[in-house]
Amino acid sequence: MANLVIVEHDNNEVAAATLHAVTAAQQIGGDIDLLVAGENCGAVAEAAAKIAGVSSVKVADDAKFGHHLAENLATLIVEVAAGYSHVLASATTFGKNVMPHASALLDKAQISEIVEVKSPDTFVRPIYAGNALATVQSSDSIKMITVRTIKFEAAAAEGGSASVEAISGGTDTGLSRWVSQAVSNNDQVDLTSAKIVVSGGRGMQSGDNFSMLHSVAEKLGAAVGASRAAVDSGFVPNELQVGQTGKVIAPDLYIAVGISGAIQHLAGMKESKVIVAINNDSEAPIFQVADYGLVADLFEAVPELDAAL
Amino acid sequence: MKILVCVKRVLDPQVKARVKADESGVDLANAKMTMNPFCENALEEALRLREAGVGEEIIVASVGGGKTEETLRHGLAMGADRAIQVVTEETLEPLAIAKVLKQVAEQESVGLVLAGKQAIDDDSNQTAQMLSALLGWSQATYCSEIKIEGDKATVTREVDAGLETIEVKMPAVMSADLRLNEPRYVKLPDVMKAKRKPMDKIELDSLGLDTANRLTTLKVEEPEGRAAGVIVNSVSELVEKLRNEAKVI
Repeated sequence: MANLVIVEHDNNEVAAATLHAVTAAQQIGGDIDLLVAGENCGAVAEAAAKIAGVSSVKVADDAKFGHHLAENLATLIVEVAAGYSHVLASATTFGKNVMPHASALLDKAQISEIVEVKSPDTFVRPIYAGNALATVQSSDSIKMITVRTIKFEAAAAEGGSASVEAISGGTDTGLSRWVSQAVSNNDQVDLTSAKIVVSGGRGMQSGDNFSMLHSVAEKLGAAVGASRAAVDSGFVPNELQVGQTGKVIAPDLYIAVGISGAIQHLAGMKESKVIVAINNDSEAPIFQVADYGLVADLFEAVPELDAAL
Repeated sequence: MKILVCVKRVLDPQVKARVKADESGVDLANAKMTMNPFCENALEEALRLREAGVGEEIIVASVGGGKTEETLRHGLAMGADRAIQVVTEETLEPLAIAKVLKQVAEQESVGLVLAGKQAIDDDSNQTAQMLSALLGWSQATYCSEIKIEGDKATVTREVDAGLETIEVKMPAVMSADLRLNEPRYVKLPDVMKAKRKPMDKIELDSLGLDTANRLTTLKVEEPEGRAAGVIVNSVSELVEKLRNEAKVI
């Protein structure tokens, strides 16, 4: 068996999500090689070679991979995948975008968002917003897999000494062109890796009121998240959304403020170690998953919490 | 430009999925079913493109058994011009669905395929990307804004880091995110009108495609539930418990 992990990166750094995909590959067993495709991404390849447990790093440094456009990157994955039994990527918007494209070119099924490796051909994956877990066995010669990061520990970023090999290949399909990326201008804690997350929902009533949550988050070293309702209402940008179709996170402490707890939201945070719910509606479903519930007006409770920290 | 909108019939998002006692799957007998919410966004976008003069005929297509027709009728009531049901009682995987939709897209000579980014039942998030690969067309997933001008489209995508804008050549396959638009409500006269709109039925077997499943579902089980928590009476009690009991702050 041999695993190929597609490295997610910004041409400077390896994304933390990739370390979790490496761990999934370790559980499958066999050699682990990494594929770094990008433009001027030498630093990424060097860092990738230090990840514990990795045999070799293949680097395709070419302008056509600069922005990880799915059509181009998939043609490279198809060429490299031929020598592997398993191809893995993290189930982030990067992995979710390119892996099905490559899978179809290879005429292989994709196994999305695995949460457990049962054996090299059998995996567990959540369906129905995590309300059911399906155990599936693949008959394909190459298993194409995306990995739900919260269910696999991060591999050690240091300690390995993999060989680095420059490769060429892939096609510039000319189908898509990257134009721009708008990232919210903040230096706050990363939502997906934060130990503590303070999330707001529709009950926050406005984007301005999120400043209360930011203040609490700052004291706790926490990230700020949101429910879909808060994002749809324009209170906060889309990248803060936690849920079935947003980010799936599992911090040590998740504080849900003014969030009712729809199935779709619970899917994104119910694996958190400790859940706190603050809501004025004692019937809100969020209280069914909360370890500590406080039935209160958030506009009184949150400032009080802020003062107590 | 003809637009193909791919839609899926799924368990209503407000209904909690119940696993069957024999662990063979989720119990859908007598469950409330609807059009997958993301597919509604895709169809709504097609309707708006037609209203803006960019799109012409809108074809709504789905792959499935008997009651799939209800979902397609809903699409017709929203405003699609005609429907295609590829009939099978088998539950196909995204790769097989993409192969079927490729044939439909080519036979109908469409210039754009719109789909939902993810079906909320199997949460695969694959079909649009696979269809793009099989057609060799541009791919734009998780769209929150689509502007089509001539043979190019500018698309804003919702990605983990924020919003990414790309330009794609047409024809293209695009998948809709929830903030792309607010799907319209269907009025009763539209439902009546939808009954008279054309609905083609194509037997899956007649397409001559390899649609065999590659995955075998060994079992479907419920996840472990969380233990019941406690209600605290004050912020100070909450802070005390987080510090001394849970030890997380």
